[in-house]
Parts: sequence; C-alpha cells; structure tokens
Amino acid sequence: MDFDVAFLLSTFVKLVAAVPMTLGLFAASVSLGALLALGITYCRVSGGPLLSVFARAYIFVFRGSPLLIQMFLIYYGLGQFPAVRHSLFWPVLRDPFSCAVVALALCTAGYQAEIMRGGLQAVPAREIEAGRAAGMSRLLLFRRIIAPIAIRQALPAYSTEVILMVKSTALASLVTVWEVTGTAQRLISQTYRTMEVFLVATLIYLLINFIIVRLMALAEYRLSPHLRERPDPASSGGRQGEIHG
Amino acid sequence: MSWIDLIGFGEHGRGSILLWAMGMTLAVTAASLCVGAVFGAIIATAKLSASRPARWLGDAYTTVFRGAPELLVIYLVYFGGSQAVTAVGKWLNYEGFLGLPSFLAGAIAVGLISGAYQAEVYRGAYYAVARGEIDAARAIGMGTLLRFRRILVPQILRFSLPGLGNVWQLSLKDSTLVSVTGLAELMRTSQIAAGSTKQYFLFFIVGGALYLVLTTLSDRIFSFAERRVARSFRHSLGRR
Repeated sequence: MDFDVAFLLSTFVKLVAAVPMTLGLFAASVSLGALLALGITYCRVSGGPLLSVFARAYIFVFRGSPLLIQMFLIYYGLGQFPAVRHSLFWPVLRDPFSCAVVALALCTAGYQAEIMRGGLQAVPAREIEAGRAAGMSRLLLFRRIIAPIAIRQALPAYSTEVILMVKSTALASLVTVWEVTGTAQRLISQTYRTMEVFLVATLIYLLINFIIVRLMALAEYRLSPHLRERPDPASSGGRQGEIHG
Repeated sequence: MSWIDLIGFGEHGRGSILLWAMGMTLAVTAASLCVGAVFGAIIATAKLSASRPARWLGDAYTTVFRGAPELLVIYLVYFGGSQAVTAVGKWLNYEGFLGLPSFLAGAIAVGLISGAYQAEVYRGAYYAVARGEIDAARAIGMGTLLRFRRILVPQILRFSLPGLGNVWQLSLKDSTLVSVTGLAELMRTSQIAAGSTKQYFLFFIVGGALYLVLTTLSDRIFSFAERRVARSFRHSLGRR
C-alpha cells in the first residue's frame, strides 16, 4: 500500500463533513434515551407490580434483540400500516434521521435503565434514613442525597454505554442517513481504497470517543470531591468537601 | 393468506427458511468466536509481554477494534478481502472480480472485533490466577510451555467464562451486520421475507423474537456452565 497523503487528506475532509450528522444522531438519541430510561427506571423501582412487569419486559426485549432489527422494524415496519401513515407521528416516522434517532433511543433506554437501577441500588440506606430524619422532603432527598450518589456510582458504566452509542450511530447509514460510516462506505465503493478510508474513519471515531471519555472523567472528578485529597486551606478559598448537586 | 401461513411451515410459509437462517446466525457467530479466540490469545499475550513494542501493538489493536463501528470493520474485511482475492486471481491470470465468500468475511470481521474483547477477557483472567501457583510451578522446574499448558490455560479458561458469555452475546448481535454482505443469516432472511411479501412489520417482529430466543437460550447455557465451573472451584484442592 503506497502512502498517499493527498488522498488521506481529501478523505479526511469528506468524512469530517459527515461528523455533524453522527454527532446529531448521537446527542439526540442519548438524551432522548436518558429521558425514557428515567421513566422506565421509575416504573421498575417504585412503580406498582404492573408497571414493574412492563419495565422488565421492555428491558428484556430491547437488550435481547439486535439494534438493526429494531431500526428496520420502525423504519420499514411501521410505515406499512395506513393508520400510522395518517397519524400525527407520520412526519417523524417518514424521515430516516428521526426514525434512526427513535430506534437508537428506544434501544439505549433499555441499557441505560439497568445502569440507573444499579446506581440507585448503590445508595446506602443509612444516608436516605439520615436525610429523612433531618426532615427532607422526597424531592429534596432525591436532589441532594440520592441523585448525586447514584449518578456518581453509575458514571463508569454510563460512559461505556455512551461510547457504544457513538458506534451504534453507524447503523443509521443502513436506513439512508449519511453519517460518517455511510459516507466512508460510499467512498470505498468509489475509490476501492478500503484500508485508507477505514483508517481515516476509525481515527475520527476514536477522536470523538476520546473527547467523550475525557468529558466523562471530568464529570466523575467533579462529582467525587470527597475522594480527593483536601487542598491546603491556606491556598484555597476553603470550599472543601462540598457536593455539587 | 393469513399471517400464520406466512410464518408457518406450509407451502408458502417462511418458517423453515427462518429456522435455517437461525442456524446460519449461530454458525457464523460460533466461527467468529473461534477466530476471535485465536486473535484474542495472541493480543492478550502481546499486552502481557515484557516487550514495549508488543504491548503497544496490542493496545493499538484493542483500541481500533473496540473503537471503530462494527459496520466499518465488516466493510473493511469484505471489500478489502475481495480486493485481495481479486489481486490473487489476476496474478493467476483470472480476469474479473472475485468476491470473498460472505460467510468467511463475516466470520473474520466479527472475529476481529470479538478478538479485541476476548483479549481483555483473557488478560483479566490471567491476573486472577494466583501468583503463588505460577511461582510453585516454576519452583518445581516446569518450563514456560508446560507451565502455560498445565497451570495457566486450565485456570484462564475457567476464569474467562463469564466474560466469554458477554462476548458471545455481543457477537450474536454483531452478526446481524453481516447481512450487508448478503449472507443469508437471520437478519438478511427476515429482510428478504419482509420485502417479497410486503409484510415488513410481521417479519421483523418474528426475526426479533427469534433473536430473543437465541440470546435467552445462550444466556441460560452460559449461566449453567458457570455454575458447573464454580462447583469445580469449590472442590479443588489447594485453593484456600
């Protein structure tokens, strides 16, 4: 394989142009998925028996079946019914981008719900009891005690899931959304220079993942001041051990 | 024709084709697990080695194949492999395009990815082997190869079973992407059945349900195997 810098550069420029599409898919589906996951976790943890069974079934189905078949089910499957085509959801389900976002969000919600449940289970009962004893309301208790501890505990697993989601956005190219992988595939079939295009595209994904990992590590650092060494009181303003809610 | 006829085993039913496709999905996943075991063992050895370039190569491998989207890896192997096969054909005076067989391409591509994950599993399992046992083996004069065969491999295989279960589940889902090469596994077959009958919803629901059957069954099998292995740990001599 000869080393063609000009080709690598032009490939890089073409693929970077598709990065906003990948990031758009990623940001929309992860945040929508997080909202859904919050609801599912609530059903699973403090809903009645009926809601809990629903949450369990949801998690089982969306974690147990492949994302691609879920995406095709939504994109090709739902459009088959006239009732769907005449409903107010049709503008969303007709568009490949929003279909991909819906499929990615539904899938990640199943995984995120399990991560959130794990985080909640890690909150020590005595901390909740102490908060109650101090007279905190349910909302205050959640905001000041439960959420900070649960988020801190769930972050490592959450960042793994988020990285997996960056990779999962590649499947959107199979429902004709031209993000980085789809663009790379088109370049490969035009130029037949598989290895070069693969390496440039992979480099772009690694860069995105690297930035996300750093951001997650920063969040973890911010959320665990109690694990850090205490700064010298003489040199700092003395805001020690404060938990940022 | 009612939907039950479409997925049934009658004259126009797709039932038997879908069951065959399920077998194909299992076959390509099993093949990729074997390919990945070879890559994983090599990469784990490289990552544990004392040589800095070997460690660097191992790290580069796991970073690339865990960080790149699975679909991209499949394109790399399928298109890149076909180009290589065509070049060999040209060298043998065959003019024209030769494709890499899609089963082979799928098994290698999913195997490359699974190899990166398996390398981490084996590396973790290696650390779980008690240091004292390796020292003891060295003390009674076992050579590197004998130590590897008698002390390391049996324990690493046992410790890596839970991790391998996760890798299997990942590969099972990655195998759906092999459908882009045209291999008639479960995803591709559901797609064809959906397209030719225009019953997209039905066949993707059925395909998804069959995948659920596969993941649930393999989960059962792996937890059974883990229980069996745990039993042998409790009874083994010299551990605690």
